[in-house]
Amino acid sequence: MTRIGVVTFPGSNCEHDTVHALGLAGADAELVWHRDTDLAGLDGVVLPGGFAHGDYLRPGAIARFSPVMGEVARLADEGRPVLGVCNGFQILCEAGLLPGAHIANRDLAFICRPVEVEVVDTGSVLTRAAEPGRRLRIPLNSYEGAWVDPTGEGRVVLRYTDDPNGSQDQAAAVANQEGNVVGVMPHPERASEPILGSDDGLVLLSGFVEACREVKV
Amino acid sequence: MKVTVNIVRRPDIADPQGATVARALRDLGHGAVRSVRVDRSIHLEVDGDDPDQVRAEVVRMCEELLANPVLEDFEVVVEG
Repeated sequence: MTRIGVVTFPGSNCEHDTVHALGLAGADAELVWHRDTDLAGLDGVVLPGGFAHGDYLRPGAIARFSPVMGEVARLADEGRPVLGVCNGFQILCEAGLLPGAHIANRDLAFICRPVEVEVVDTGSVLTRAAEPGRRLRIPLNSYEGAWVDPTGEGRVVLRYTDDPNGSQDQAAAVANQEGNVVGVMPHPERASEPILGSDDGLVLLSGFVEACREVKV
Repeated sequence: MKVTVNIVRRPDIADPQGATVARALRDLGHGAVRSVRVDRSIHLEVDGDDPDQVRAEVVRMCEELLANPVLEDFEVVVEG
């Protein structure tokens, strides 16, 4: 079985949904506490959405110092799949595991609606199972959701088709150069069953689970 | 010692809050407003007698936590 850890920070609020959706995608997912300092035996890790440490100072600024982040960095360095969703994406940027940073949405509105994203790069652990050019409908739920990257090092793997928030290059998901660390601003776990209105996120999560399984072998 | 840290977003990074405040000021009749940037100040009280040492320590705090080097520059003012 493919074991994936979903980190709970104080203030996370999507960790149970994420465990459930990873289960639908074929993984044996489990919660991990942010103070855990040993993630041995896990094939991959997900930082879920929410407001870790209250988003105080800046989203992710305090969370990057949570004790678990040393292990998250180790897994990333070893080439294991690491995914950050929404607040998790912000944390990965603050931790320097992904390039860039997040600022408030262009229109200063908290955006809470399904958006359409297009798969533009399948060389990441999140997008590997999706066909290039495929359009997916996935809920977006964020205020500081606009990604900026003055360095130009980020690899955009999903792009908004309608520029909801002013994100640079209309980036909805960004990978590191190796493709094993990915941050995604919309929530694939909230589009993982038909009863939720869309199961378009499942192709992303299934690809991620597959990637975790392969690293295991 | 009292220390103020001014965190300033780099000029090349968009400031949607500043842009919105500028629009609001112009709507109120302040047509002379050309631009607005909204920044943050953090006020600390730090134990120590040597202003240079205190400043150096607060600079390290900025680099570690208080400012995001991707987006922001900072200025440390030791007020004694």
